[in-house]
Amino acid sequence: MNGPALKSDNAAALTVRNLRVGFGLAEPVVRGVSFAVAPGECLAIVGESGSGKSVTARSLLGLAGTNSRVSADRLEFSGQNVLGLTDRAWQTRRGKDVGLVLQDALVSLDPLRPIGREIADSLRLHTTLGAAGRARRVLELLDAVGLPHPELQVRKLSGQLSGGERQRALIAAAIALNPPLLIADEPTTALDVTVQAQILALLEQITGAGTAVLLISHDLAVVSRVAHRVAVMYDGQLVETGPTAQVLGSPQHEQSRRMVAAIPADKPRGTRLSPSARPDAPRTPSIPDTPSTPDTPSSLSTSSSLSTSTNFRAGVSLESTVVLEAIGLSKSFRRPDGTSQLAVDDVSFALHHGSTLGIVGESGSGKTTVARLLLALLAPEHGEVRVFGEPWSAASEKTRRGLRASVGAIYQDALGSFDPRWSVAEILTDALNLRHERGAPHTTTRLTSLLDEVGLAPTVLPRRPLELSGGQRQRVGIARALAGRPEILICDEPVSSLDVTVQAQVLDLLDDVQRERGLSLIFISHDLGVVQHISDQIAVMRDGRIVEIGPAERVFAAPQHPYSAQLLAAVPRRPV
Amino acid sequence: MAVVLPRLAARLAGAVFVLWMVATITFFAVRLIPGDPAQAVLGGPGSQASPEALAAVSVEYGFDQPVIVQYFAQLGRLMTGDLGRSYALNIDVGPLVLSQLGGTLLLAVLALVLAWLLALAVATWSTRGGKVAARVGSSLEIVAAALPHFWLATSLIVVFSIGLGVLPPISTGDIAGLVLPVLTLAVPLAGFLGQIMRESLLVALESPFVLSARARGESERGVRWVHALRHASLPAISLSGWAFGSLISGAVVVETIFARPGLGRTLLTAVTLRDIPVVIGVVMIVAVAYILMTLLTDAASRLVDPRLRLS
Repeated sequence: MNGPALKSDNAAALTVRNLRVGFGLAEPVVRGVSFAVAPGECLAIVGESGSGKSVTARSLLGLAGTNSRVSADRLEFSGQNVLGLTDRAWQTRRGKDVGLVLQDALVSLDPLRPIGREIADSLRLHTTLGAAGRARRVLELLDAVGLPHPELQVRKLSGQLSGGERQRALIAAAIALNPPLLIADEPTTALDVTVQAQILALLEQITGAGTAVLLISHDLAVVSRVAHRVAVMYDGQLVETGPTAQVLGSPQHEQSRRMVAAIPADKPRGTRLSPSARPDAPRTPSIPDTPSTPDTPSSLSTSSSLSTSTNFRAGVSLESTVVLEAIGLSKSFRRPDGTSQLAVDDVSFALHHGSTLGIVGESGSGKTTVARLLLALLAPEHGEVRVFGEPWSAASEKTRRGLRASVGAIYQDALGSFDPRWSVAEILTDALNLRHERGAPHTTTRLTSLLDEVGLAPTVLPRRPLELSGGQRQRVGIARALAGRPEILICDEPVSSLDVTVQAQVLDLLDDVQRERGLSLIFISHDLGVVQHISDQIAVMRDGRIVEIGPAERVFAAPQHPYSAQLLAAVPRRPV
Repeated sequence: MAVVLPRLAARLAGAVFVLWMVATITFFAVRLIPGDPAQAVLGGPGSQASPEALAAVSVEYGFDQPVIVQYFAQLGRLMTGDLGRSYALNIDVGPLVLSQLGGTLLLAVLALVLAWLLALAVATWSTRGGKVAARVGSSLEIVAAALPHFWLATSLIVVFSIGLGVLPPISTGDIAGLVLPVLTLAVPLAGFLGQIMRESLLVALESPFVLSARARGESERGVRWVHALRHASLPAISLSGWAFGSLISGAVVVETIFARPGLGRTLLTAVTLRDIPVVIGVVMIVAVAYILMTLLTDAASRLVDPRLRLS
């Protein structure tokens, strides 16, 4: 500090000029990045996986890795140069001058140590506080981050806490010494929306207290809630920087525009989210989104069995038939302590031909158990699943096997659902039931046309799952599901592990194949924006029950159940 | 306490079951050794016992009874803690086996401790010293893990006893006599444990919680001692129970080569002489030691990993 006449840069908590980071002899992955964060300001760096944002964050702490080459014209904390510090000098600064919050505290806090110990670590390393003093400060910190009953929590392991609780503990550990700069790398990515909203509010509060916050995220909607300014990172460079409302409202750079356009929330059904090679055929939803007249004879047979059902009449056209029906499904699991827990509790709905039923809920709401019941991978304790009006869950596995091809499944973890040693060709040949005709010309034709349908070139055929990108893998997953010519597709979080622009392409693809093949979809997701975009009907699940079911537009415009309203309110939305 | 007691009871039941199985398998296995057990009582394979003497011994020891009757008689004696009398030495098996147990246990425990120290040292050094250290460390581990006991023992004798003349080639009963046998058993095990430790140490050092710790200002030493080594030791602890068993079987070879009194040599002699009560006695006592060791590693795992104490 050299007097009151500060240049703006010197007042910044963090100044970065022309930062370049590379690994080994390869091309740099961060290529000349410059920005500054002022005290009390939140700057968000957004970008997709591989854009270099996490490497940037780590380089700022001198933790880019043993193999890294980091160079910059300037790298300053509150005006003090930290370029070229020795390991020992960095150790005295980390935790004191800058704090780091990572994604998913389950693995970001040592699972073998009580959270109290983890939080007290910074105090042990940087202060002369005794054990009692540290314990007192830890309780204060836990209180400050809004963890109820701190004295009960300090001795718990991260695995004993809920996702939101451990993320709070992780933040408490990072701000233990009130560092003037906090770097948060995807701090809310693993969290449910309502918990995400709470953590974002906590970050806002920390910023409000004068801490400079550098937020790293892939999610534009999330950063819009807390960031004052947004910097869009693409291919190792910041392509656009500006006030949040400006960058999200009228993005200038092509990549920013693509990312903003790819946000599915608020985009009506049938609107394309990604720039596409295929010219967009005007979509005619198979089911009108507006409620039809109340005297429609085929109104949902299940609505009467729903305790929370409202006076809506599902918009079902006369000719549409029910292809998949869940009737009073219940399933419970045994907890480790021997008691049983109802994972799915009296769930009923009907899926109509050519329509999409979205099922939303937070983790633990029973969505995935419903998917497994629908696929008859689990047997319900009560109730039954019927497919095309025939018994499905009640049928024998032998009877079901012949029909299994008509009910396809797409999973979140495409990589985990493939045999890693099989090539794409083998995976799809197996799914097409052509194993005995491998290499035959007509097999190759079938493979190529299947790949074409999901927008992949035949060049991926010899590759193994690990050699594909996340988006390509999910496309292969969709191709595999389509191979059996299914009429129903059960999609369990199919886009949750994808970047937003890739997610947009996959959602568009699902839309296309649904239209072309007349598929009926069950679309399960924790992401309300995605569900809103793709669904005709929406069921909101909580604690194993469907608390609300109805046409997508109605549920989003006028949620009837308080929980749906709460979920909707928690969804981060970009300012328009 | 309400939770601990049923678990302890289940453990105990499991241990009794294992001992019963061990007794059963051993009883029938020794019957596969060719020859008449009565011969063993009357001075071993080389003796010229008369048919009358053999018949008398058969009746006295119950060899003329059906096998199943002999089995239950043996089981009944074991349940009262009676290991029987040695055919060859004509002394009680219990005191005989117990007198040999100490030497073998000392050998096994020292080898286990040394193996752990060596493994820790190599794993820590090789994950810290850069690429060359990593290569050297992992090669050392692979080679060590592949060394057979008999070869290592002979080589050590050649180098240290015959070549350098610093250590005795046969057991002398003092500490100098222990060095080579312990090394023989410890080095292969250290290679094996080291591979596992280095692997899990590398995983732990790359994990997000270590990044978090570094971001808090933890030093490289702190990262290892407070976080990573604890994680790295978990799989090695679980394997130590098994390792202890393999050390005892290794002791058979090592005790023979170094002419060290112990369970291994006792067992070998008893098998050669078809001294069934001694064979069963040794196997039972080793089984008990093995079970205790498993319980001990279990307790150690729970001590290091608090997650195991939760449910």
